[in-house]
Amino acid sequence: MITAAPAPFGQSSGPTVRRVNDPLHGDLLEVSMGPQHPSTHGVFRMDVTLDGEVIVKLKPVFGYLHRNHEKIAENTSYLSSMPYTDRLDYLCSMSTNWAYAMAVEKLSGQAVPDRAQYLRVILAELTRIVNHACLVGFLFNDLGTSFTPLLYAFREREKIIDLFEALSGSRMMCNYQRFGGCRVDPTPEWLAAASKLVDNFPRFLDEYETMLTGNEILLARTQGVGRLDPKHAVNAGITGPVLRACGVNYDLRKVDAYGFYPRFDFRVPLGEHGDTYDRYMMRILEMRESVKILQQAFKVLPAGPIMDPKAKLRGFRPKPGETYGRLEGPKGELGFYLLSDGTPNPYRYRVRPPSLINLTLLEEMCLGHTVADAVVILGSIDIVLGEVDR
Amino acid sequence: MEALDQIRDRLLARFSGASVALVTNPGPAAEHSLLLDPAHAREIALFLRDDSALQLDYCSNATGIDWPEKEIVETKKVSVLDPAGGPAKITEEKTKRVEPGCLEAVYHLYSMALRHGPVVIRMRTANRSDKVNLPSLTPVWRSCDFQEREIFDLYGIVFDGHPDLRRLLMWDEFKDHPMRKDYVDPDDFEWEPTPHAGVLDRAKMHYSAPATLAVSAAPQPEVKP
Repeated sequence: MITAAPAPFGQSSGPTVRRVNDPLHGDLLEVSMGPQHPSTHGVFRMDVTLDGEVIVKLKPVFGYLHRNHEKIAENTSYLSSMPYTDRLDYLCSMSTNWAYAMAVEKLSGQAVPDRAQYLRVILAELTRIVNHACLVGFLFNDLGTSFTPLLYAFREREKIIDLFEALSGSRMMCNYQRFGGCRVDPTPEWLAAASKLVDNFPRFLDEYETMLTGNEILLARTQGVGRLDPKHAVNAGITGPVLRACGVNYDLRKVDAYGFYPRFDFRVPLGEHGDTYDRYMMRILEMRESVKILQQAFKVLPAGPIMDPKAKLRGFRPKPGETYGRLEGPKGELGFYLLSDGTPNPYRYRVRPPSLINLTLLEEMCLGHTVADAVVILGSIDIVLGEVDR
Repeated sequence: MEALDQIRDRLLARFSGASVALVTNPGPAAEHSLLLDPAHAREIALFLRDDSALQLDYCSNATGIDWPEKEIVETKKVSVLDPAGGPAKITEEKTKRVEPGCLEAVYHLYSMALRHGPVVIRMRTANRSDKVNLPSLTPVWRSCDFQEREIFDLYGIVFDGHPDLRRLLMWDEFKDHPMRKDYVDPDDFEWEPTPHAGVLDRAKMHYSAPATLAVSAAPQPEVKP
């Protein structure tokens, strides 16, 4: 039973607890969950106020991993920030690289050769698979299945990460994209291995789904938990699978049609209820769509240069101006806002982190649920603290 | 979507007394923006969100920019007539003027319903020191909640009407705004105020001499000239 009525959905409950001591009901308990807690996926803290086991207030606390990424990037050249964007999200360095490269290309008006565009799509979709497979594993960890689904996911992730290592020299910090193309060209052997992996991936997904999707514990713990309604989700800037789980059809791959995505045939999965179960299903279905994109991409990958011959890496100075480039990262809309004053360093460099902004409605999603559910809801939002705190 | 100058004209026609200026972007991206005056910004933002032709229901990105005051030296060529009747002499005259600094908040708006965008709006504070207030757009777009807190934290813009304006990334006791261009790092990054700082200061009163006593009390070797 909830005594302190939660604020209307979509409105913050404000900085202070409304009724801490209620003589009829007993005290509310304030608990600081985190920052050193395995379920917070990093150093993230939630100050929760509990009525018994039920959450009546939740305030996320950020900044434990803050290193002022933006200031550091404003004090170095455009290219030297490229390896640093890997560190934003250690699961998805390939898409983060692409987002940054795309923003800089938009700022300087550079073109990208066809082969590089296809390679970017291939690597971004492989990254999406890595991210979603791991997220599902972590979600089950949060549900209490100690590590078995996660290790199944890690087994597949390891194969893809081996491919990243063979291509870029690094497993997680790939530093692969450049302004106007990509850094290295994959060999035919690499492409054959990647294509084989992708062809085998649906078998893993079937196995995974047999084990998990109809699981009774998953159904009991996630259906109807952490509901989000589309109106508030749009207003709060929620993006990515979390938004699409509420049924809002907004995928930047379709909306902005960036890169070569219009050339691929794929569908955007949509949820209905906006609860944790739908968010889980979004990840599974998006992996299936990513496999479709990858299979098409390997078939049509053209030969040719991977760098724009006019691209200038050393002494790169874009003309004065500003731009906002964004793409559909695995976690949501990842954007870079860049402002150039004609010098080698960006005057303003801003990362629009999907993980941070998807947490805006965390309190509203958790109110009225138990602490154990809050852990699952947070797990289904998919955050990486390197990106939240920057 | 209609062009930005059409939006501006509609805004000017609708909100009498508001000033809306078009800020052009010279770069290849050519994402121009609208500079709103803070007094009418909230109404204009509501209009942009609810207008049926625009429906900018999604504020993707909100960020700050620091513009410190700049000294601009302008050189002007002036021809001075030679009193002796020779050819006119051309001299350069330098004039200095100080462009006042400001803090700027930039918002990138998109429409999820109509799938268009971006419309970029910006607001500027009067200066960088004491008049740093801007209206918060969080009541219009909830997605500005954390982002405006971040701007407040890192740039020091105070958003009036924000439901919960606290520092987001730096700790609450932190004094400065680190993303400003004139921010100087402290020498001791490790130091931060703790609740015990006052206790330690009071404890110092109980010591008769500074802690270097043991060193200074040791016999010093005499230095002979």
